[in-house]
Amino acid sequence: MAVVFQKPQALLDVPFTYCPGCTHGIIHRLVAETIDELGIEGHTVGVAPVGCSVMNYNFFACDMVQAPHGRAPAVATGLKRAIPENIVFTYQGDGDLAAIGTAETVHAAVRGENITVVFVNNAIYGMTGGQMAPTSLPNQVTQTTPYGRDTSYSGHPIRVCEMLATLEGTALAQRVSVDNVKNVQNAKKAIKKAFTYQIEKRGFSIVEVLSTCPTNWGLDAQESLQWLRDNMIPYYPLGVYKDVGGTTK
Amino acid sequence: MAKVLMKGNEALAEAAIMAGCRHFFGYPITPQTELAAYMAKKMPKIGGVYLQAESEIAAINMVLGASAAGKRAMTSSSSPGISLKSEGISYIAGSDLPAVIVNVQRGGPGLGGIQPSQADYWQATRATGHGDFHLMVYAPSTVQEMTDLVALAFDNADKYRMPVMILSDGMLGQMMEPVELKTANATDCPIEKPWAACGHRNSRPHNVINSLYLTPQALEELVKKRYEKYEVIKKEEQMADEYLTDDADIILVAYGASSRICRTAVNTARKEGIKAGLIRPITLWPYPAKYIEKHIAHAKAFLCVEMSMGQMVDDVRLCVNGRKPVAFYGRTGGIIPAPDEVLNEIRKLTGGVK
Repeated sequence: MAVVFQKPQALLDVPFTYCPGCTHGIIHRLVAETIDELGIEGHTVGVAPVGCSVMNYNFFACDMVQAPHGRAPAVATGLKRAIPENIVFTYQGDGDLAAIGTAETVHAAVRGENITVVFVNNAIYGMTGGQMAPTSLPNQVTQTTPYGRDTSYSGHPIRVCEMLATLEGTALAQRVSVDNVKNVQNAKKAIKKAFTYQIEKRGFSIVEVLSTCPTNWGLDAQESLQWLRDNMIPYYPLGVYKDVGGTTK
Repeated sequence: MAKVLMKGNEALAEAAIMAGCRHFFGYPITPQTELAAYMAKKMPKIGGVYLQAESEIAAINMVLGASAAGKRAMTSSSSPGISLKSEGISYIAGSDLPAVIVNVQRGGPGLGGIQPSQADYWQATRATGHGDFHLMVYAPSTVQEMTDLVALAFDNADKYRMPVMILSDGMLGQMMEPVELKTANATDCPIEKPWAACGHRNSRPHNVINSLYLTPQALEELVKKRYEKYEVIKKEEQMADEYLTDDADIILVAYGASSRICRTAVNTARKEGIKAGLIRPITLWPYPAKYIEKHIAHAKAFLCVEMSMGQMVDDVRLCVNGRKPVAFYGRTGGIIPAPDEVLNEIRKLTGGVK
């Protein structure tokens, strides 16, 4: 009997720690499928952030390093400079990457650091219970913006791909979503391209994946996907913000 | 090998390269910058990595990454920069990773000054970051020792899988002295590191470098295991230099730059007929308690001299534990005490204990 669907080799047989309806699981799977298809698990090292996905070192089958909050790109830089033939990726949330780790993110891109960043943007701090994130939307109600995010007081949400696309060292900056089958397929292509660019030594590649947080958004799984479509995609348009192009299919 | 005249910071950098360090991550700050500049000049020529990070925070995390990959990695800074590195140092300790961190101390707190200081003793030996952990801390007092202790620091970082600090100061970093460069390791990873996250090459289960333990029992067990290691280090690794201590009535205790001043003061005191001696701690953690212990019976008093308001004196008092008087003399803010100032303190004590 032909096997048409199975767990990727690059994901260990360990139960996820994510809430029901959260899209981290889908994104993990896309990263793991990419590692399988490129045949790189043996020389890939992943860097886990601080936040909901902190324990992804238990999920990915490649070697893993857990980084201090926001410092994953710096840790990845050390790993990559130490063994340049290895494939190094970080997996970071919006608080980790776009608030406390902004300098590390920007300067890894500035250096054209040959690493891949999977950036999961769900517009909220999930692990700590739903506080305002750098990517929380205008008027979004969170635990620390109980009257809605007042942009005149708390500032405007940060568009990471647009910002990093301005930098010479960025090879790929693409925003995707995993809210429907077509978008999941596109997200997979983008993640695979990002890893392929690293193999081809093209520089810094980042894929921003719009994601959900049903628990802290106070919505069920389906409502969360709809909220993402109605609110996040208009503010964070999907698309390719920078692509150095080339031979990759 | 013949002696060469070198600046402390540059000699330390060269010694690190000779000890097999091929991964250095830096950020400019006075008075340590020559160390990074030397690495920037040398590393590309020997296939090593010098990278200027965007901050001290990023630099220490690059060290974390390179060390996690199994390499001998180092960073250097001066006092305010070490404060920024403290987060990463705590993670390195909590992940059982080796690393060498150099602090060329300057005056503080805050931006402080850029002249030599020893005001980071507490930071180095008590609280280089959050949580229950220790660094090994070496305190050189000459340019020669700046080099000799680096190889030892790398060896012990690897042996005990923990961060090691070279606690120097602006005087030692900036001064030039003749130095003989001794050790030479051919490779950048002299010992096996089966724990390293260097890619499993499909030949072993995945390695995880991590400091998160959500179960209190598991975390306590791990920290206790680390403290068992610390007890071994306390037994095995204490280092100090003694000068004229055998018959001394007044024993000075000083490390690094201030110990050099004290040695001059001891010589002058001896000429005046005062039996003064000097214990110079080389390891600040583990504190060389056994060197102090053996003189408690015959010493009439101890005098701790520091370029701070009095930090190491806490450890001297812990060792002496009330059995003899312990006095303190210090200058701070970047001022190096003059030998005469120290001599006056010795005279005061002699008058007091006759």
